[in-house]
Amino acid sequence: MFCLFLLQSRERLIHLSWVDTAIIAIYFLAVLAIGFYLKERTHTGEDFFLAGREMTAWIAGLGFLSANLGALELMGWAAASYQYGILATHWYWIGAIPAMLFLAIVMMPFYYISKTHSVPGYLKLRFGEPSRALSAISFAFMTVLMSGINMYSMALVMKVVLGWDIHFSIWISSLTVAIYVALGGLRSAIFNEVLQFMLIWLGVLLIPVLGLKEAGGWSGLQQKIAERMGSTDYTHLWSTLGSFKDNPMGIHWTGIVLGLGWVISFGYWTTDFLVVQRVLTAKDLRSAKMAPVIGAGFKMLVPLIVIVPGLLGLALLPEKLVGEGAAVASHAHSYNEVLPLMLARYLGPGLLGLGITALIAGFMSGMAGNVTAFSTVWTYDIYRSLIRRDATDGHYVRMGRWCTILGVLVSIGTAYLVMQFLSIMDYVQALFSFFIAPLFGTVLLGMLWKRATPAGGFWGLLLGTLSSIGMWAWVKVDPGALSIIALSPNAKDMAENMYRGLWSWLVCVIVTVVVSLASRPLPEKQLVGLVYGCTEVPSEGDVPLFERPLFWAAIVSVVFVVLNILFW
Amino acid sequence: MNRDESISIWFFIGLLILIYGVLIVGAGIAGLSSPPPVVMANLHVGIWWGGLLVVVGAVYVYFFRPGRTR
Repeated sequence: MFCLFLLQSRERLIHLSWVDTAIIAIYFLAVLAIGFYLKERTHTGEDFFLAGREMTAWIAGLGFLSANLGALELMGWAAASYQYGILATHWYWIGAIPAMLFLAIVMMPFYYISKTHSVPGYLKLRFGEPSRALSAISFAFMTVLMSGINMYSMALVMKVVLGWDIHFSIWISSLTVAIYVALGGLRSAIFNEVLQFMLIWLGVLLIPVLGLKEAGGWSGLQQKIAERMGSTDYTHLWSTLGSFKDNPMGIHWTGIVLGLGWVISFGYWTTDFLVVQRVLTAKDLRSAKMAPVIGAGFKMLVPLIVIVPGLLGLALLPEKLVGEGAAVASHAHSYNEVLPLMLARYLGPGLLGLGITALIAGFMSGMAGNVTAFSTVWTYDIYRSLIRRDATDGHYVRMGRWCTILGVLVSIGTAYLVMQFLSIMDYVQALFSFFIAPLFGTVLLGMLWKRATPAGGFWGLLLGTLSSIGMWAWVKVDPGALSIIALSPNAKDMAENMYRGLWSWLVCVIVTVVVSLASRPLPEKQLVGLVYGCTEVPSEGDVPLFERPLFWAAIVSVVFVVLNILFW
Repeated sequence: MNRDESISIWFFIGLLILIYGVLIVGAGIAGLSSPPPVVMANLHVGIWWGGLLVVVGAVYVYFFRPGRTR
């Protein structure tokens, strides 16, 4: 719907001056320069696919966060906060922080010690080839299709916001990403993600600063929203979640805590290779554990540049933004335009160029994340494992470079396909979501339960995924089924994903346990380095307290709890 | 990432921020005579935010410049 609306918009929101255009052009030159510079340092497979495993905790941590901080994410959640209020913050706090800390402290040692190059690679070591093949093939193709959808969405945003030709946006941005990733591999992608992370903050941070000044601070903002909406519900995180009908999102706290905070969030942040790949590049285990903790610390701050601008739009914009359908019919502005509208409200020449560069940077970091994950999984988990096992390291690097180009071309093809058949977008996004929750069940049991067997892992993953597809199809055929899946007649669309994820995760776990108990266990010596209880995690020795990941994870946890109480 | 012979990513970032800061300060000064049509234009945000970028960029460029021993 986001793109359908944008396709039908009529006029550009923002006009750029020459200095804004220069800032955008310099950005493109900078990312290409980084790619060309890093090509000289990218020779081996480890260099290309894992950035030489020499990233510091800060670089890996910011790359980890930035791969997720795409512009669709920025604009989409700013729109959601305009529509639903501060409830959208749950996707940044309970929907991310506990999972990131769990990845750091509990799961990272197994990913790192096993020396796997990917999440499907871990499944191969733990559950065997069938589980890897199922996971790798589904991940590779869904990832490259998602990249195409993001590319198309970006081109539409550029068309609406800046009036750019849609084909120009698609080709320029995708070829830029293809060049810098094909040249420097994952190292180039991560370095650019760190750059993009800085630009996103520098480009958008002025919105909450100036907006809160205009609104009279946080209390002034709350007061203005309450006056406009006739309710204080829009600025409370938890107090309205006691019932499905008490909040604009139509969701219950159990859906937020168990569906979002547990299954969806843990599935995405701990098993989606797009983000986990960044952490695998860390130079040692302590850096690998610190990286998600650093990412979590910054993730808690992201609502400042995403949610607050949406709330400021709700409080301060003179016109009322409306849903997509109403916007097309009435020629009004939509929720989805709130972030560009706020950029145009506060930022003059130069600053506006920086803000737009932040959006472009977000799009490109998301696309590069998809492409690097695709090329790694394709080369290592499909090509090397199923097609050609015995080639040289140089051959696999060349394959990685070519499939980076191929991945981008398939993405472009997908973008044009979506342009012709918009409904494909909903299907592909749904397809991607089918795998996340069951995969988390499989990896979690694989790491923490040594009795889990290859047959249990494979059938749990397969049936968990099929159950998710089944529930999705059920609601498509009979929308009334939502009330059964979400356990309430008052549940709305947003609740469906939460509960579907929860049930499919449970199916995966139950099937894995039952099949494992009915099949022959693996000998413990095969599980060394892969499973809790069979693996000796290296001690951090006499490292000072303030350098320990656990210490910083505790600090982040305390801040997380305090923030939730403050905005209760 | 910090092999001795390499240029740090922080140097690239500092350089880019420095260039952006100079451009934004320039645009902010140009806007003194004809303020842009934005809310709170009287604050001349471009000048102080651009100035901040210049300082931050210069600090990064200095501390992460190629060849500096860390």
